[in-house]
Amino acid sequence: MKLSIHTKVLAMLLSAGLFAGCSSTGETMDEGGYGSDVAAVDQDGSTVYGGDDEGGVSSSALTEEERMAAEERAKMEALRDITTFYFDFDTAEIKPEARDVLVAHAQYLANNPGRNVRLEGHADERGTKEYNLALGERRANAVQRFLIVNGASRGQIETVSYGEEKPAVMGSSESAWAQNRRVELVFD
Amino acid sequence: MTKRTWTTSHKAVAAALVALIMLATGARAELLIRITEGADAAIPISVVPFAESGAIPPGDKVANIVRDDLAMSGEFRPLAAEKMLSLPSRREEVYFRDWRMLGQRYVLVGELSRNGDRVVARYELFDVNQEKRILGETAAASVNGMRTLGHHISDKVYEAITGVPGAFSTKLAYVTLDSFNGKPRYRLQVSDVDGKRARIRLESQEPILSPAWSPDGTRLAYVSFETGKPAIYIHELSSGKRTKVADFSGLNSAPAWSEDGRSLLMTLSKDGNAEVYRMDLASRQLTKLTNHWAIDTEATYDHSGDGIFFTSDRSGGPQIYHMKSPGAEPRRITFGSRYNARPRPDNTGDYVYYVHQRNSAFHIARTNLKNGEETVLTRTESDESPSVSPNGRMLIYATKQSGNSVLTVISADGGAAYSLPASEGDVREPAWGPIVN
Repeated sequence: MKLSIHTKVLAMLLSAGLFAGCSSTGETMDEGGYGSDVAAVDQDGSTVYGGDDEGGVSSSALTEEERMAAEERAKMEALRDITTFYFDFDTAEIKPEARDVLVAHAQYLANNPGRNVRLEGHADERGTKEYNLALGERRANAVQRFLIVNGASRGQIETVSYGEEKPAVMGSSESAWAQNRRVELVFD
Repeated sequence: MTKRTWTTSHKAVAAALVALIMLATGARAELLIRITEGADAAIPISVVPFAESGAIPPGDKVANIVRDDLAMSGEFRPLAAEKMLSLPSRREEVYFRDWRMLGQRYVLVGELSRNGDRVVARYELFDVNQEKRILGETAAASVNGMRTLGHHISDKVYEAITGVPGAFSTKLAYVTLDSFNGKPRYRLQVSDVDGKRARIRLESQEPILSPAWSPDGTRLAYVSFETGKPAIYIHELSSGKRTKVADFSGLNSAPAWSEDGRSLLMTLSKDGNAEVYRMDLASRQLTKLTNHWAIDTEATYDHSGDGIFFTSDRSGGPQIYHMKSPGAEPRRITFGSRYNARPRPDNTGDYVYYVHQRNSAFHIARTNLKNGEETVLTRTESDESPSVSPNGRMLIYATKQSGNSVLTVISADGGAAYSLPASEGDVREPAWGPIVN
């Protein structure tokens, strides 16, 4: 169970493209690389492992609750490290693997009404600039709706579309395009 | 139709390598002209170097400007001066037999003289086969206006032969992007159609998009992100005075002028979704022209000045639609592929030009509005921002060349081509200005 949460987080980090484009992409995606990354995360989250073996017996209920809360917080925090969300060509559909991360952001906004976020919508260079401006906005709006549905309030969120004007990655390859079709969450 | 265009282009490439022309450039901001393709059916014409009397300014020779203009149109094939058997400057000196022997259809001769602070050109155009003068005129310009004079003569020659007004005296607006001190530098520039006499009108670290000419050529509307978000500005070129006309929440994009210059079409999303509006510039009053959950944008008036073309993805992907009058039911124009966007009609009402995706590439295509026939005009693959010359004969668009964005001009039927690469960085968002009398 605990392990699966970590696996899930990692899987999301991977699929949300956090590691996409870095030189070790090939390694992380193969079996060995994947396994070693899981181990690394587990070492960081040692409290999780400690509790699972014997802690359940000796710990008081309160401690267990605190432990669960801390774990939940850690999990949500880890998720919130991801602030860029990717889209397919000419779509504004939030990918399934992005949902948990966006829920974490939405809950954070709900718990911190003083924080605001700007959603910056982008498109890849293909197609026309003005349509891409509208497409970038549609993507930012999709993320905005998702955040609101999951607890953020409208007043915390501002959207702006840059269309194809501010690519994250230069170049005209499938991989560059994939990394440029995105919404970035910018917290002030 | 498409197929014929492609074969023609292939043949033209060989000729193009030979005819590669690089004009000397003055200022750094200027674009270079490179003729990459010539059309097979180009008309042979001889532009004879003009005779000169009095103090004629050194530098750009008027006849060379005319020769280059005609060549860039793709419709003419000027003869190199070295191949001419004589260099006449008036009718008595023109031996039609010689020009016929050289395969020439037309000969332009002329003479420049000084009149105070002005240079006067007297020029005559002859039809070689008919041995007849078809144009004769004198025109004058200030001593630093040799390019103005040259483009004027090109316009007259072009019209005398084709029956269509020339567009060589018109202006181009475009945006260049390079980096300066590690920051992006966007510059809105205006130049002659051959890329010469470029002048920077606006510079910003944030994107500048969608320049659009007012019908009288005195103002540009455009989108600037200078405040961090898009807003639409109107820029008076003579004074440099700017007015922010649209700064609503969300999108403020894709400005396009009405024929009378009194209103602008624009895309706003202030009510949550991208819709096309018309803004009356005097009152700033808005009229919503589209109302659909889809993206509606990139509107432009049609030939009649009443209807509009626009891009909408209401069918699932972007397609071109036509609305006959404000509020009328939109009619879909494009069906050839899943991505057709940013319509630009020509001045005749016969064609609409747009960005067209075929397989994985983006080309410029046009649809014949009378019979619905679609022709893909370009072989380049990342094409954007088509803009038709005001006489409907040429088309400028942005494309990629070795990673940089460059402007390319083609004849409106896809035949000839020349490109305007920047000395460094990107050139994009070309807008062809109107013919101004």
